[in-house]
Formats: sequence, structure tokens, C-alpha cells
Amino acid sequence: MTKRFSLLGSTLVLLATFAAPSVNAQTETVLRVAMTAGDIPLTAGIPDQGFEGWRFVGYNLYDALVSWDLSRSDVIADIKPGLASSWAIDPANNRRWLFTLRRDVKFHDGSPLTAADIVWNFERFTKEGAPQFNARQFAFARAYLGNFEGIEKVDDFTVAITTKQPDSLLPYNMSFLMMVSPRRSEEVKNDADAFARNPSGTGPYRFSRMIPGERLELVRNADYWDKARIPKHDRLVLLPMPEASTRTASLLSGQVDWIEAPAPDAIPRLRSSRMQIVTNSYPHNWAYQLNFVDGPFADIRVRRAANHALNRADFNEMLGGIAMEGFANLPPSSNWFGNPVRYEFNQAKARALLREAGCMPCRVTFAISTSGSGQMQPLPMNELVKSQLEAVGFQVNLQVMDWNALLQMGREGREKHTDVHGINISRSLQDPFNGMFRFSWSQQASPRGSNWGHYSSPSMDALIDKALATFDEAQRLPLLRQVHEKMSEDAVMLWVVHDLNPRALSPRLRGFVQAQSWFQDLTPITVAPR
Amino acid sequence: MFGYVVRRLLAAIPIALGVSMVCFALVYLAPGDPVQTLLPPDADAETVERLKRLYGLDRPLPIQYLEWLWRVMQGDFGKSIATGRPVLDEILRSLGNTVLLATLSVLIAFSVAFILGTIAGRRTGTWLDRIVTGIAVLGVSIPNYWLGIVLVIIFSVELMVLPASGMAGDTFDPTSWEHIQHVVLPVFTLSMIPVGIIARTTRSAVAEVMNQEFVVTLRANGLPEWRVLRHALKNALPPVLAVMGLQFGTLMGGSILVETVFSWPGSGFMLSKAILNRDVPVLQGTILVLAMIFVTVNLTVDLFQSSLDPRIRRG
Repeated sequence: MTKRFSLLGSTLVLLATFAAPSVNAQTETVLRVAMTAGDIPLTAGIPDQGFEGWRFVGYNLYDALVSWDLSRSDVIADIKPGLASSWAIDPANNRRWLFTLRRDVKFHDGSPLTAADIVWNFERFTKEGAPQFNARQFAFARAYLGNFEGIEKVDDFTVAITTKQPDSLLPYNMSFLMMVSPRRSEEVKNDADAFARNPSGTGPYRFSRMIPGERLELVRNADYWDKARIPKHDRLVLLPMPEASTRTASLLSGQVDWIEAPAPDAIPRLRSSRMQIVTNSYPHNWAYQLNFVDGPFADIRVRRAANHALNRADFNEMLGGIAMEGFANLPPSSNWFGNPVRYEFNQAKARALLREAGCMPCRVTFAISTSGSGQMQPLPMNELVKSQLEAVGFQVNLQVMDWNALLQMGREGREKHTDVHGINISRSLQDPFNGMFRFSWSQQASPRGSNWGHYSSPSMDALIDKALATFDEAQRLPLLRQVHEKMSEDAVMLWVVHDLNPRALSPRLRGFVQAQSWFQDLTPITVAPR
Repeated sequence: MFGYVVRRLLAAIPIALGVSMVCFALVYLAPGDPVQTLLPPDADAETVERLKRLYGLDRPLPIQYLEWLWRVMQGDFGKSIATGRPVLDEILRSLGNTVLLATLSVLIAFSVAFILGTIAGRRTGTWLDRIVTGIAVLGVSIPNYWLGIVLVIIFSVELMVLPASGMAGDTFDPTSWEHIQHVVLPVFTLSMIPVGIIARTTRSAVAEVMNQEFVVTLRANGLPEWRVLRHALKNALPPVLAVMGLQFGTLMGGSILVETVFSWPGSGFMLSKAILNRDVPVLQGTILVLAMIFVTVNLTVDLFQSSLDPRIRRG
């Protein structure tokens, strides 16, 4: 009897020993995310790996002066106050913006945020020769600082930013510039790589640990200045997983709780395993920028013919419902959508337009990529475009290259590629400049900007100039809608679809609101125990 | 023997130089640009030029190459353009992970294939031989990335007994059950091709040796069959070892697909990212190291072969 009790006793002790760590482990709630990126996004400020880097690392470790309101799923996300509680144009100078900072913000290292830190960070992006200047941060920031002239500290909690030209949209650009802790940077002698290994920002998560190429772990910042956004889970684990089938298998096997972009054909399987499939419209565009100088698309009739030739519903069907028909540059939920021309599928009209333009067969060449950020499934989608265009009288040559090479072609512009009549680079459209102006403003003609095919229209330029100099939002809105309507009227691109941004979540996750944005707020998510 | 080793090592230098030069040229012959990966798609041409200057990529290619070579000779492999991390750290970490997979795969493949090949080689033309040959053909023919996905579906998704991806930690800990679980599927997937190749080589080597006169002599002298087999296998081993060495070398650099399927942070996965990003320092460094490993493995196999069979001792 005694022997039996002692056996039972030692078994219980053993069980308690093994159970103890698992009880501790259960007290910590962990959200594990599989990203599409091939590597962990840069942790030293502005991230790399495209907007996925901003989504999971940038906006979680850091804040910018201006933030994105990601709390709603029914409207396209717009900007809201971030580290700056308010901003306004200087009444005496329409090239000088004043940003008022919050007074209660602390970096993860405990140091307070002041105007001097904002100036220090801008010098990190722009001032070659400053000890904190960083070439990579310069490269990432540059796209948002094209109109930037200078910054000065007005008082401890106010900075003034001057622009080269009046720029009513500057606050949008400020939302991409992450503010790092000058104290931590100076501790590591401004070595950005050392900083990346132990970063300090102001964001809702703090850095915990990183295994390069394998995982990044962040933990809740209980002292976050925005109390409503203190994470509702303890730890966030980010795993790079570029292969779609690996992400799907990892979710199904319980290794992760959240996967980005499951393959369309895996969605029924995920649903049958009770996974939550979330989709929503967001400012993304899968389209072709056209060559307005060389070749048939210089003729508006050919551009309209191409837009009428596409049966966009077929793309949606091919992609298993994860796309939305793209009849115009912006998705209809955009505030700047207006009332654009709708290019319905009409093969007879497309043929008639081509005949009228005297382009039959109409030979065109598109440069496309095999993969790439936001490119969805470029090869089958391009094949479908080709077959639908050829059904009305086009003869399409697809020039296939890898993503890096296509980006270079996109940057160099049509001048170096006169034999190419369209390029298929998916674009983000989160603000009026990136969503419209950069494709339709003659000042943005490549290689200076993203107007790849050199579309140029004096009336469009006048509209854009006016919008940029109109600081009253209510007055600016109709101008922005007119820009979008004119883009459609002139058939500035060949529009195909907008992505619906699918992601799959474990049934254990609750509280996620999928914003109509490239960025998402992970902080409200709760993780139920297994 | 010592002179032979030194000569072989010296001969590796021009090989390494040639490989690194060809690799460097190929990266620049392909369209695309290393700084592309650092810039948002809509960065203007002026920014591209400024960044190239900041990274020293605006200078003539021969000068860039010579500078790289000079630094490498001093042990400095530079920093990755895409990640900013030191290339040597990246190589050592990822190569360590790949060596683990390759070594385990080759060891398993060799053990299994050698037994299978010996059985088939001794009984050529029988149903046993046909089964083994069938397995070998299957091993060589199945695309290993497909096999990897199928194994993941069976063992991770349906049975939920093994993890689908990753390696669970920074370095492999053989005492950790979790780490061991992560290794099983990638190793099994990777070992399928060498199983096929080594089994076929062993089969033909054993079959050939078994027909030789010395085997008949041994049998005529009344040696038991297991001792005859021991002598025969010793003679059949050199070509099998050569193939095994080559397979190890191939797995070191050639497991890109399997590493991608399993999100295994090894050198193949890293190389594929470096190619897509045109990350020249990482590409150059990794290929140089891989070339040196290939040369060393071949040399080791040669030395091993000649110790087994003095007739092929060279030099």
C-alpha cells in the first residue's frame, strides 16, 4: 500500500514538473503570423519588403508623425493623427506645414519624444554627412520626400516642414516615415545594423528577439501612448514564408495562426477546416501602364478598345473570387472615385474602335513579371488578358521577365523601351498622389517619376496643381474626383482587377477588423487558448 | 600524398577565381539592379544614381570586382545589400543549416541505397533486382519539391505529427525533440534523389565486380559467401563514394526548391533570394564558399577512394 502511494506520489510530482512550464506557456498569448516575404523586414526604422514590411514591422515597432485609421472595414482607410496630434499649413506661407507633437510619448528605451528627435530623424533620412545619416533609410524615405525642402524645430513640441512647392498632400507622405530613438541609435554609435538588432521606437510592440531569416518576435508595449491600441495579446511572432502552399500547410497544422495571401485553390480546403477567410477591397490596382508616345496606345481609341475588350468577371472567376473587377484606377469605395466612365465588356465596340483607329491586327507588346509584390498570379492573368485582347483584333506579345528586371524597366520609362507598349506593375493607391497624380502628371514623367508612358494633358496638370495648392479638404475633394474621372475618360491605363487581399486566420483569433488598406491593425486581436 | 593534396588545393584557387568572376559577370549581364531591392518601385532615377554612389556600385565593374577580391582575401566578405547584415554571418548561418540537411540526407541515402544496390547487384535479373531498380528510378524521377508538398499534406496537415515549416530555432539542437521533428520531412525529401542515384551506381558496381575472376577464385578457394561479398564490396565502393561525394556537393547548393517548400533557412533559400534581389555580395560570397566546399568534398572523396583502392592513387 505504502509502495503504491509513493508510486502515485512520485507520478504526481513528475506530472506537476512537466505541467508547470506548459501552465506558464499558456499564460502568454502568442499571435504567429506567416508573411509572404522571403526575409524578415528591416527593423531599423523604415522597413523593406514592400508594404508587408510596413504592415507587420514598421507600424508595430514604430510610429510616424501621421498614422492610418485602420479601425473600420467599411470605408477606405484614411490618415489620422500619429506622433503629431495635429497639423496645419502656416497661414503666412503655403509651403510651410506645422506639426504639433503629443507630449506623452516615450520611446521603448524610456526616453521622451520631442521636436529635436523628429528633426534628428529627418536628418537620418536626408542629410548626407550627419552622423546618423543612413543610406538605406534615405533610399526608403526618398519616395515620400520628393517635395521636401527642410525641417526646423519651432519649440519642444512643434516642428515646421517646408516643401519645394505647395503640397496639400504632405501629411500622407509623413505617414511612411518611422521615427526611431536617437538615444538608442547613439548608444550603438549610429550603426544601423546594430540598431536593427536591438531597435527602439514608440510603437505598440517592443522588440523581443530575432533570428535572421527565420523569425522576429515582438512583445506588447504596455506603456503605449494610444491606450486603445495596447495589444490584446502578449507576443507577436512574424515568420517569413514565401511559398503559398507552405503557409497554408503551416496554418492547417497549427504552426501559425495567421497567413497572408493563401493560394486561391487552397481557400475551400481552409474553409472546410474552419479557418476564417477574410477579404476586403483595398487600394490596389492590377493594371497596365501604357506607352503614350510609341505604338498604338498613343491613340485613345486603341486604349478604349483594350479596356472594352476585357471581361473582368472572368478574372474574378479564375482567381476564386479574391479579386474585384477593375473598371477604373481606384476601387469604388475610394473617396476620390467620383463618377468615371465604365468600360463594360463589349467586344463589338472594341472591334469597331480598333477598325476606326486603323489598327487591325493591332500589335502590342506588354512587359510582365513571373512574380512580385502585389502582382497576384501574373502568368495566368496575363495569358487571359492576351486571349481576350486577341479576340477583338489585338495581337499581343508578352515579354516575360523577373520582378527586379520589370521594376528597372518601370523606372527607366518608355524612352529606353520604345518597343514595349505597356507594363504590368501592380501599384498601391493609398493616397491621391500615389493613387493618381504619379501616373497622370506630366511632372512625374519617367525616369523622374512613375508616369511610365509619358501621359501628358495640360488640363490634367492644371487640375493637379490646383489640388496640391488647395489646403481645405472639402474644396480639394471635388478636384481629386475630377482627376480620377479624367484618368478614366482618357483611358490612362488598361485596368483589369483590384485585389481583395485574402488572408486566412485560425478560428482561435477574434477581434480582427480588416481595414481597406495595405496596412492592418493587429493590436485588437485576442488569441483563444487551444 | 602530401604533395598531391597541396597540388589539388592549389588547383582550387583558379577554380574559385573563375567561378566568382563568371558569377559576378552573370549578375551584371542579367537585366535588373542590386539597388532596385532597396528602393520603392517609384523611386526616381536621381535617387537610384545617388544610392549607387553611396554603395559604390557606380564604379567600373572590374574595379568593383578587384576590390571585392582584395577584401575577401583579407577575410572581409562585405555586407548584404538587401539586408545590411555581414555576408560572412549570413553564409555561416545558412550554410550550417544546409550542411545539416545535406549530411543527414546523404548518410541516410547512402545507408539505404548501399544495401538496396548490393542486394540488386548480387541478384541481377531477379524480381528483387527489379523492385530495387524500380525504387531507384522512382527516387530519381519524383520531383522533390512535389514530394515535399505531398509529405507536408500527409504528415503535417492530415496526421498533424510533424511540423510543416521552419527549423524551430537559431541552431540545431540534437537533444531537442522539437528540432528533430522539424528536420524529418526535409531530410527525407532531400534523400530521395541520392537514394535512387547511389542505389543504381551500387547495383552496377556490385554486379560488375561479382562477375570478375577474383570472385570466382575466392569462391573456388572455399571462402564463405559473406567473406566473398566483403572483398567484392570493397572493390565496388570507390565509384559509389565518388557519386556520394558529388551528391553531397549537389545538395549543398542545389536544395533551393526543398528549402523554399519547407521555409528552411539554408544556403539554397538564401541564394534564390540573393539572385532575385541581385544581391551581389551575398551571391559572390556564397558561391565562392560553395565552390570551395565542392572542391574539398571531391578531394576528400578522391583521397578516400585511393586509400580503399591503391590502384587509383595518383600523383
